[in-house]
Amino acid sequence: MSNGVFTAGARPLLEIKRVSVDYRAESGTVHALTDVSLTLERGQILGLAGESGSGKSTLGYAITRLLKPPAEITGGEALYYPRTSRQGMGTRNGAAPAPAAVDVLKLTPGQLRGLRWKELAIVFQSAMNALNPVIDIAAQITDVLRTHQPGLSGRQQRARAIELLRLVGIAPDRLHSFPHELSGGMRQRAIIAIALALGPELIIMDEPTTALDVVVQREILMQLIGLRNDLGFSVIFITHDLSLLLELADKIAIMYAGRVVELATRDELKRLPRHPYSYGMLNSFPTIHGERRRMVGIPGAPPDLRSVPSGCSFHPRCPLAFAPCDRVVPALRQAAAERSDPAVACHRYDPALSSAPPPTNDEFAARYAAAYQAAREGRRA
Amino acid sequence: MTHSSPAEKTSAADRADAGAPILEAVGLRKYFSVRGSKLFGPRPVVHAVEDTSFALYPGRALALVGESGSGKTTVARMLARLYQPTAGALLYRGAPATNESRSALLAYRRHVQMIFQDPFSSLNSNHNVRYILGRPLRLHRHARNRRDERERIITLLNTVSLSPAEQFIEKYPHQLSGGQRQRVAIARALATRPEVLLADEPVSMLDVSIRLDVLNLLLDLKERERLAFLFITHDIASARYFAEETLVMYAGQTVEGGPSDEVIQRPKHPYTQLLISAAPDPNRAEAAPFQARGDIPSLITPPSGCRFHPRCPHAMPVCRERFPGRTTFGGGHWAHCFLYGEGGSASDAAATQTTALSPARRQ
Repeated sequence: MSNGVFTAGARPLLEIKRVSVDYRAESGTVHALTDVSLTLERGQILGLAGESGSGKSTLGYAITRLLKPPAEITGGEALYYPRTSRQGMGTRNGAAPAPAAVDVLKLTPGQLRGLRWKELAIVFQSAMNALNPVIDIAAQITDVLRTHQPGLSGRQQRARAIELLRLVGIAPDRLHSFPHELSGGMRQRAIIAIALALGPELIIMDEPTTALDVVVQREILMQLIGLRNDLGFSVIFITHDLSLLLELADKIAIMYAGRVVELATRDELKRLPRHPYSYGMLNSFPTIHGERRRMVGIPGAPPDLRSVPSGCSFHPRCPLAFAPCDRVVPALRQAAAERSDPAVACHRYDPALSSAPPPTNDEFAARYAAAYQAAREGRRA
Repeated sequence: MTHSSPAEKTSAADRADAGAPILEAVGLRKYFSVRGSKLFGPRPVVHAVEDTSFALYPGRALALVGESGSGKTTVARMLARLYQPTAGALLYRGAPATNESRSALLAYRRHVQMIFQDPFSSLNSNHNVRYILGRPLRLHRHARNRRDERERIITLLNTVSLSPAEQFIEKYPHQLSGGQRQRVAIARALATRPEVLLADEPVSMLDVSIRLDVLNLLLDLKERERLAFLFITHDIASARYFAEETLVMYAGQTVEGGPSDEVIQRPKHPYTQLLISAAPDPNRAEAAPFQARGDIPSLITPPSGCRFHPRCPHAMPVCRERFPGRTTFGGGHWAHCFLYGEGGSASDAAATQTTALSPARRQ
């Protein structure tokens, strides 16, 4: 499903470097995002997976500059590398000298307006709330065109709106429908159509299909992959549903309590998750096929961000935790010497701290099973 | 208690299968009348559930699978006696449980309890855990005095793994996480010592890493307390994980049912096949050829015959005319689909030609 539309060695599209976001609350400062660094290649689908409070949506909103107080970006940069020549959607072969990167986090409101929609669009979770209920779909699409491409005539706008709807699989006769006349899936398609209006390089999708039924969800994801292959945009796909990303994303970042704890390609993550939390998440989903057996899951619950555990914030739930875990925050580093290896934030991969070899799937399974068994016995005692 | 797998439990439950069902639904039907657009026109009716029958056994779970609007929650609410069925009967231990006195309803609800999807709205935020759990104990006279009540509440909290229980007893819902709230909701359902639990999407509002924990807690209860479960879910994988038997609903009609593994590994009805091909499956080698068209139909003017026919890739003329009878495939697996013939039901012989069009019938 992934296959490289992006070419290796080319400039990335977006480089997120050590971004931190705080929420200032009366009861103290909440570190929603701490030192997050990620790179998005052109044409890539990057999945951000995490539970509520992991910071995945905050990251999406930070790089689109949609955060409002009390949220505050306290550090880092998000370097966006614009394409040289833009000849509209479909024809992408810029060869001229590349313009300099822009730091999205430092743009003025005026500069942001130039970036938004044309370069970077966002699709929100709730399709009903993202559409204006008293304006028909046509007007909502042409609204974008009017604002960002004032040169277009009314006829051209209408033609473009029909073209966009056709792209996402909505019949042109729905052009003048109001949001309440569309099903949930069609509304979400309409929003994707609006996001595509100016042919952006990057679309950020925040749980775009979570509120939809599985059948509709699958249709929209298939369409999204098709559009990505045709138009070549990149996607940051934010979801709590890791099993979805394993089918959809090229690269997956696993987030926990405001940090990226693992960054791996989809296949590598599936084959051998490196972080104990990633392993636990991957094995928290019952499957349709294979052996039916009791699964164990991750003990405990995600932390309250007002009082994140010391050291590695996962250590109270981690069945592999050892001495340094509650004292030292692990940094995200390559799991092994190979450059292509996944990055992981876990002391078990630090030879200076751990003499044991890196954990295997078998060790993960055994440790999790033992922790589960102990909890069960504790419950009964 | 041994650390047994769901598969082992299936065989254990099969042995218990000889036992009588605790709760039976026979031909349940529910229509809701809604306000029409015409002032003096006939009142439109939502055909929410049509002719649904199943039985719940001690120590076993039946999963009700379907998309939103398929009628699965309506079925649970009829079983909880929150809705009065339009037609059909509920049998509790063989005796009809229908419109009766308040005391009979109270007795029924002591045995049949419900767990709701959203623990943020199913717990009254004005009351603490002691009140929330103490109320069913008092109403159903399970506690003799305050000390007895406290002890029982502590036991309940321990049963749902909220420990140390003493710490939770004075807490208010807003002081608890989603997973803890759902555990309190489960404890409340257990307070009356029920025999049947109706769990309506009990984990879909919870964080991913907590879901499995709560599912395992419910599995433990099923085994240990021999509870009968109706498990409602849109996630066919968790139906397979949790329930011995699965029933698939589409637009108010039950289209397929049987042992979970049979239904999910060898789906017969085109809708079940669609549902399974749409479910996320990390082990899928390549994107499955996925064919679906249209949306779930309006239940005010549902399609005639089999309601899936407008979306069905195999639809035949007869599908529009009437709902197919039940075809059995052995081992308790059945489906309502003309692809497998007329089914066992008494139907007119006029449509024999459709049997000829259908693929070779298995078994």
